[in-house]
Amino acid sequence: MTHLLEVADLTTRFHTPEGTIYAVNGASFSVKQGETLAVVGESGCGKSVSMLSILGLISVPPGEIVAGRAVFDGRDLLRMKDEELEAIRGKEISMVFQDPMTSLNPVLSIGRQVTEAMRVHCGLSAEEAERRAVDLLDQVGISDATSRLGEYPHQFSGGMRQRVMIAMALSCDPRLIIADEPTTALDVTIQAQIVELVIRLREQRGMGVIWITHDLGVVAGLADRVSVMYAGFIVEETDVDSLYDDPRHPYTLALLAALPRIDRRRKDRLKPIRGSPPSLLVEPHGCPFAARCEFVIERCRHENPSLQLVSTGHRIACWVDTRGGRSP
Amino acid sequence: MSQDPPLVIVEDLKKHFPIRQGILGNRLGGAVRAVDGVSFEIQPAETLGLVGESGCGKTTLGRTLLGLYPATSGSICIAGTNVRQAKGSGLMALRRKAQMIFQDPFASLNPRWTVSAIVGEPLHVHRLGATEQARMERVRELLQLVGLSPTHLNRYPHEFSGGQRQRIGIARALASDPAFVVCDEPISALDVSIQAQVVNLLEDLQKRLGLTYLFIAHDLSMVRHICDRVAVMYLGIVVEMADRDELYEHPVHPYAQALLSAVPIPDPRKDRHRQRIILPGDVPSPANPPSGCRFHPRCPIAKSHCAEVVPIWRELLPGHWTACHEAVAPG
Repeated sequence: MTHLLEVADLTTRFHTPEGTIYAVNGASFSVKQGETLAVVGESGCGKSVSMLSILGLISVPPGEIVAGRAVFDGRDLLRMKDEELEAIRGKEISMVFQDPMTSLNPVLSIGRQVTEAMRVHCGLSAEEAERRAVDLLDQVGISDATSRLGEYPHQFSGGMRQRVMIAMALSCDPRLIIADEPTTALDVTIQAQIVELVIRLREQRGMGVIWITHDLGVVAGLADRVSVMYAGFIVEETDVDSLYDDPRHPYTLALLAALPRIDRRRKDRLKPIRGSPPSLLVEPHGCPFAARCEFVIERCRHENPSLQLVSTGHRIACWVDTRGGRSP
Repeated sequence: MSQDPPLVIVEDLKKHFPIRQGILGNRLGGAVRAVDGVSFEIQPAETLGLVGESGCGKTTLGRTLLGLYPATSGSICIAGTNVRQAKGSGLMALRRKAQMIFQDPFASLNPRWTVSAIVGEPLHVHRLGATEQARMERVRELLQLVGLSPTHLNRYPHEFSGGQRQRIGIARALASDPAFVVCDEPISALDVSIQAQVVNLLEDLQKRLGLTYLFIAHDLSMVRHICDRVAVMYLGIVVEMADRDELYEHPVHPYAQALLSAVPIPDPRKDRHRQRIILPGDVPSPANPPSGCRFHPRCPIAKSHCAEVVPIWRELLPGHWTACHEAVAPG
């Protein structure tokens, strides 16, 4: 199957008074139709900036997309004019943001916000758009949708607002949904509802999904493929089963070891990752994880490894074979 | 657990916030029953976990325990002191013995104060340490205790990362040599790799100093890791409480069961074969909780009497408590 979206060598920087922020440093990832790609990483690793770059949502300046391409449906999004991109954003590719409290307009009714994209992109009349909005809200599990169209965001709970966001994202039948930490602000029982909803909708509609998260638990239940990001680099990329069965990159290994487990009795203390992530104000030199890595060798400090295939569909960016036992 | 008397005893504690209405806010319109009848004990050197979803009252409970909010009714006793009646020097002594670590390491430190002023403040307030020199010595010792360097003394909070700031908050809480610490979501603002550092620090400090913790969190995996016993809150009350492994392996209250089943497991093969209990709807408003059992409108096993009769808090098995009409002992 061909890729729905293929991003290669994406490099985004921000030029600020404090210096240049090296936010994304040559990230490559791709997603197929009907597939869910999870992009995992900690705060500041560049996962959100990558997505915003692709969709032309970075303000230039201070931002600058230095290099890369993002091919969607045979066309490079990074080379498109604003008008061309506008025709794709919200129609072919839509986005669900993290915070359902701030990403809805508080002074516009839910109905107005859900119908907006359909009227702009699909040329539906007000009545048609409204009919479809009721249908969409119903699909995402908001009961009594007809009467709720006239309500305002403050009358909805966090989980309900996130459903409204998903309904808006679905309104023009997109082929790709990019969800940026859509459940991070929600409680676990509501998160479970939303995850189930997205899985069901993806199966019904055959969309591609990119799900950005820091939660390795959510990834396990949702993703087909996973890209792990660290300091603006993709360091490991594989299918979801082998990420947990056979993690190879030292950062992935360390992340999994630092995680408490709800499904087993406590055996030992947690194994923290020493130190903290590198400053993005310094031009990357060598492997970004070298300073915190327990497998580090001299080469790591000077040369940045590129992603290399280690088994079918499994690539890592590391000079060391981490399966050869732990180094001292 | 030990045979010592409990360090913390809470009985039928309630905290209601009045709702004021009208232009002048002078008309009372009921109350938000944030904590509505909670009882538990914590043994010395024990960690009790308090879990529940946002709005369930867990933060209010933690603050009411320390007297930061005046309780509406019930009793709280910490290390022999009746918190609700403490005044003057008795209240000062209580504040020394019972401290708090806050959730947000960015908002809970004064950005204009240096680290030495922040960590040294409790020493000034409680007049600990004979001289300024002795106090500075103590501040240095505290910084070392939490894994910071004494060279950080004259820096400001913005110069530190989130994990380091949380260490400063911990050093401040420990300055007055407390016996009991309420940890209110101390790690939820931190990244995974940093969370483990802070949790290990809290454990080390507990061992070294014999601290007793109330660990408030919504991360159920971390609670299983760090706590000895766990209490699950829903809409202002505790619905189930048991030893850690007992609760996670044999939850009996339908809410606790649903909550635990909703937590994703970082193992795709296991996660796929899990029976997830998806609860319908949202948590009702604590200003107007449902009649009978507060969980009955969302409960998958509710019977007709659940809507009418409030379930009593009962000990199903030794040490395993629940408030549910239908719950049966596991096994």
